[in-house]
Amino acid sequence: MLKITKTPKCYVGGAFIRSESGRVAPLTDNSGNFLCNIPLCTRKDVRNAVEAAAKAGAGWAKRTPYNRAQILYRLAEMLESRATEMAAVTSTREVRSTIDRMVHYAGWADKYEQVLGSVNPVATSHFNFTVTEPVGIVGILAPEDAPLLGLITLILPAITAGNSVVALASRECPYPAILLGEILAVSDLPGGVVNLITGDRADMLATFATHEHIRAIAAVADKADATALQQGAADSVKRVVIHPPATDWFSGKHETPYSIRDFTEAKTIWHPIGA
Amino acid sequence: MIRRNSLQRLLDEVGPVDQAGIEERVSKYTTRSIKKSSKLFGLRLAVSMVDLTTLEGKDTPGKVASLCRKALRPHNAPDIPQVAAVCVYPSMVKHAAKHVKGTPVRIASVATAFPSGQAPLKTRLAEVRQAVADGADEIDMVINRGAFLMGELNLVQDEISAVLEACGDATLKVILETSELETYDHIRAASFLAMRVLRPGDFIKTSTGKTSANATLGNNQVMLDAIRDHFLATGNEIAMKPAGGIRTAKQALQFLIAVKETLGDGWLNNRRYRFGASALLNDLLRQLETQRTGAYQAPWAFSEDSSGY
Repeated sequence: MLKITKTPKCYVGGAFIRSESGRVAPLTDNSGNFLCNIPLCTRKDVRNAVEAAAKAGAGWAKRTPYNRAQILYRLAEMLESRATEMAAVTSTREVRSTIDRMVHYAGWADKYEQVLGSVNPVATSHFNFTVTEPVGIVGILAPEDAPLLGLITLILPAITAGNSVVALASRECPYPAILLGEILAVSDLPGGVVNLITGDRADMLATFATHEHIRAIAAVADKADATALQQGAADSVKRVVIHPPATDWFSGKHETPYSIRDFTEAKTIWHPIGA
Repeated sequence: MIRRNSLQRLLDEVGPVDQAGIEERVSKYTTRSIKKSSKLFGLRLAVSMVDLTTLEGKDTPGKVASLCRKALRPHNAPDIPQVAAVCVYPSMVKHAAKHVKGTPVRIASVATAFPSGQAPLKTRLAEVRQAVADGADEIDMVINRGAFLMGELNLVQDEISAVLEACGDATLKVILETSELETYDHIRAASFLAMRVLRPGDFIKTSTGKTSANATLGNNQVMLDAIRDHFLATGNEIAMKPAGGIRTAKQALQFLIAVKETLGDGWLNNRRYRFGASALLNDLLRQLETQRTGAYQAPWAFSEDSSGY
């Protein structure tokens, strides 16, 4: 029987796209056999993905926390049903941990506000309270190792808080991100909330850093990349969260509401009250 | 049957349009790569060609005032030109006049029972006269599409002439409403019908922006070709305004390529070519700022366009 090779595509704005440049790079398996061609996205693709994220962002932020929780849980269900396929390109352990992490953040979706928000004592006759709001569009640069777990660990806190995401997958091992896109497409997550692109980081790093519409960056970066990101982000006063390349993605320390806080903006309200 | 024939006669006279050829040709425009200084030139030129438009039931004098301020000073950055005109409903002309009279920005007003044109001629002419009296420099009229499709070509042309007379010194723009003319042949025929009575410097315009299909590269090309043929036959320079559906800087540049390659540099100015648009201006500014700063801009870096109020 003739083998049909797959054309992997990026997942942007709820659609499967090739790079606007038309460029691809061959992907091989461990023994060096050709598997498929992976799109090499460009800064133009980043900008298009940001437009898609902007379009989807408002609607996603307006969903009730309870609904976001349901959708994230559904995402875990969808990965579960393709666990074997995903394990074949990552590892069973990584897939199990990814599913656990999705369920973990699904739980936080309607609870982080109670932890991060507060009622503040003030000396005047005001009811003073703080609530969190999503920052907007979050740019994500995934790690080279743990191509699924690392990527999803950076995505989940951002979308749990109601942000939308443009994520650049691992360059060496992009296929799990391609599969993740296919899983996202059949989950209930609205198209455009998570946008996954593949390609060379060097082509797109500066655009991630300087694009003014991206309000925060979560990146796994060495010292040079981190400096480039922080300098580029300075003009647009963008929040930058850097993880070192040696991060242990399986560690339980990634399951915390404080990583959700990184992608929220605190809003404090002074509400006048009688006497 | 006789009426059908008058349309047929006009079609024979002005010649048919090769639909496949036109579409093939305009699809090439979208593959041009325009970068650096040519891009900056094109973007600035496009800004200077915008008829900044607000045509909504909810228009207020305050909204028109914001529109005028935006037209006069689209952005803080230096060397960004003013737009060509503001385009408003007749009742808003006097409000716009307070802000832009005496400046290079002109006041355009849609008239003649825009967008349908379905009002008695007397009413339509009165509307035009009122708009001109209130200070409109340009009048955008709609043709009687029903009459055109019925073959009542003399009626259509007489109405254009009557409006032209009512305009006085004001520039006239004749909206063909291409989406309701159905074929490229009809668009070409209607272009000639209008151009034959227009003065040099008057416009033909694609659409009202109020129907589902608006200006496309295809119908823009058909009309540009008609303008060229008319110019070669009579020496009259008719201007062109595509309107509706042009939202991005990239589209605007593609339309400018069509102008450059069909009519040449003589039409690459805002007396001969305009864009009827509201959202386009901010995208042009966004691209200009991206070129200037090197960083892609967020939408909130620009004042809202009239579609955002």
